Amino acid sequence: MATLAPSSPVPLTPGGQSVRLPRREAWRRRLPLSPALLLVIIATQIPFVFTVLFSFQSWNLVRPHSRHWVGLSNYRDVFTDSAFRDALFTEIEMTVLAVAVSMALGVGLAVLLDREFPGRAVVRTLLIAPFLIMPTVAGLLWRTTMLDPVYGIVNFLLHLVGVAPVDFVSRFPMASIVTVLVWQWTPFMTLIVLAGLQSQSGDVLEAAQIDGAGPWTTFRAITVPHLRPYIELGVLLGAIYLINTFDVIFMMTQGGPGTATTNLPYYLYQRAFLGFDVGQASALGVVTVAGTIAVASIALRMLFTVFSTTEGRA
Amino acid sequence: MNAAEPSARRVKRLLGRSAWTAGAWLAGLVFFFPVLWMALTAFKQESDAYTTTPQLVFSPTLDQFRAVFASGIGPYLANSALATVLSTLLVLALGVPAAYALSIRSVRKWRDALFFFISTKMLPVVAAIVPIYLAVRDIGALDDIGTLIVLYTAMNLPIAVWMLRSFFLEVPGEVLEAARVDGATQRQEITQVLLPMVAPGIAATALICVIFSWNEFFLALNLTSVRAATMPVFLIGFMTSEGLYWARLAAAATLACLPVLLAGWIAQKQLVRGLSMGAVK
Repeated sequence: MATLAPSSPVPLTPGGQSVRLPRREAWRRRLPLSPALLLVIIATQIPFVFTVLFSFQSWNLVRPHSRHWVGLSNYRDVFTDSAFRDALFTEIEMTVLAVAVSMALGVGLAVLLDREFPGRAVVRTLLIAPFLIMPTVAGLLWRTTMLDPVYGIVNFLLHLVGVAPVDFVSRFPMASIVTVLVWQWTPFMTLIVLAGLQSQSGDVLEAAQIDGAGPWTTFRAITVPHLRPYIELGVLLGAIYLINTFDVIFMMTQGGPGTATTNLPYYLYQRAFLGFDVGQASALGVVTVAGTIAVASIALRMLFTVFSTTEGRA
Repeated sequence: MNAAEPSARRVKRLLGRSAWTAGAWLAGLVFFFPVLWMALTAFKQESDAYTTTPQLVFSPTLDQFRAVFASGIGPYLANSALATVLSTLLVLALGVPAAYALSIRSVRKWRDALFFFISTKMLPVVAAIVPIYLAVRDIGALDDIGTLIVLYTAMNLPIAVWMLRSFFLEVPGEVLEAARVDGATQRQEITQVLLPMVAPGIAATALICVIFSWNEFFLALNLTSVRAATMPVFLIGFMTSEGLYWARLAAAATLACLPVLLAGWIAQKQLVRGLSMGAVK
């Protein structure tokens, strides 16, 4: 949880240039900001500084007196650790699959919901429910009532079409987890894309129609380019949340079977709280953060440039 | 409808619209079904919950809810409520002035500050959990609800600041200018002019914070055990002890989800805005 802020932030629209203020006024303006800033720094930045320090130490909580500096050896261990590499690949696979599928479904559902039909508000309300469900409950719910090999609904439906029961969670652990993540995140993607669809100018669509463009051509030539920033934003925000997936894994598979669904957060949790290895877990944390920064800095740039929330007032 | 329109085309259009409606409803119901099923199962006897052919018709009972309450869900619900409500109030108390200082009378480096706030949201909490755990342990605040309140406040503040700021920016500058000309102090300007105008935005921000704190699991799992444990932690224990009783599990799960489901449904118009940190209106 380190700051990503470089000394000068991404280039922004002109317009909002800051003005030099008298010293006293400058301090008066800073005052309302400082408590919030202070709390966030203490709770998120300082712990990360310690994570970096710990990552250069050999320190196991079970043997508190063995603590000493070891330089980069934790990092060497992390990069030569095959379990770490597995966790990294699991992480990428899980995040990419969940984001891609939920975005694809989200675009489809948003197009469905963009048109007026009887009960649209109700359907919209039903649709966002999965996103609001506590992730722990989501994992629990799918593991039991939905995917259970004997009593689960999915197997009942498969039985109707003559397929033998499947123990989804142990045979297809990754697919099971991704299903739950997609179920939870499709509503999020739908809402973002729907906001994009509804912000389209009616005049432009009408003009296209008058010019003789069919619905499909209009969609491809006008709607898709218009939606692009919304889709990008949805993908990036979704990725940032989904990189941290922990709850659903904890409830459904505990990272297993074997290490089939152990992603980076879960692996780190195992190292820190089941293995009590502070040094190793910290090195893992630093590496995870470095990876996340890549995704996050793109997302930040988007938040600042694409959408018009950046105009401040003097 | 145009009377001159050929009836075949009219029928085709009507069919198309019905298909659209049916498709949208079907999609909505498919996504909602697991939630509905959880709620239904909560009102069943165990014998109705464990059937290879799902039972849609059954005689509803409140037995499972009674059993869940008898098993001591109370303190966990209270802890969740306490952590959620107090952290949300704190977020607003700190977030409103901060958002003000980043929008209306902005500090010189408001961009850096804004950028900093949001960057903290984008990096995994797992990377900081070890030092947080050790620090909390060393000050003797493990299993203390105050710890969760402070951490949830810090966790939600960045989102709240971004969101509040985007609402503040919608208030016409002239209105605030007029208040200043009339001699309102900064405090009066905020409490008497600004806040009433953005009340819906503040409510939406609060609801988003409620959703995130109520559902939070990772910090609660690692920093609490008994006294300060919240609903997700209760569910784990409950799953271990009552995992074979699906109806009872469903009742506990339904109780765990209900507050946020209601909060989210109430705030649904503002949900996108909150989740995109105010970027999408």
